[in-house]
Amino acid sequence: MSAPVQELPLWLDVLLCALLVVGAFFALVGSWGLVKLSDFFKRLHGPTKATTLGVGSALIASALYFGWQGSWSAHELLITLFLFLTAPVSAHLLIQAVLANEPKHRPPLPGRKG
Amino acid sequence: MMFFTLLPWAIGLFVVAMLLTTWRLWRGPDLSDRILALDTLYINALALLVLVGVWQGQQFVFEVALLIGLLGFIGTVVLSRFVIKGDIVQ
Repeated sequence: MSAPVQELPLWLDVLLCALLVVGAFFALVGSWGLVKLSDFFKRLHGPTKATTLGVGSALIASALYFGWQGSWSAHELLITLFLFLTAPVSAHLLIQAVLANEPKHRPPLPGRKG
Repeated sequence: MMFFTLLPWAIGLFVVAMLLTTWRLWRGPDLSDRILALDTLYINALALLVLVGVWQGQQFVFEVALLIGLLGFIGTVVLSRFVIKGDIVQ
């Protein structure tokens, strides 16, 4: 591994560490929810929110680090933006896939008793 | 620097997250569970790649990460459409 080019100041170090910890924590919780939860709709909840948040934190930490090193690039921000845009779309498509697959998952219509 | 002592641990946590996702991909009782697991897997792989890139000081991984993001999203959309419609293109 290559040595860091420039020493980070303390505030940036703490900020990057916090982003990294938050990112890894959320990614882990999202995948743990994917394993642990019982129903597909509960399982969908974990990765869509937690993983996007976690990956977003990791990407922003990377952007800040390389920005401080003087080799700033828009790639990380582009990836973050793209993930934030596509995560709801893919979640919606997955829900549609489940509803098309098994109509018993469909919730009852409102206003109809029994 | 704290950041570089913490970075391998974060990478390890992402690897654990990917292993858990792989378990769901293996087990997944339904096809949609597997699609969801694949979706989570590529997003975690993207983050893992970026963190390894920071660790190694390599910046070319970001183009790869962007490609993974694009193709993974297309893959999720295509698989979901295949489950919904039974066909990819009509």
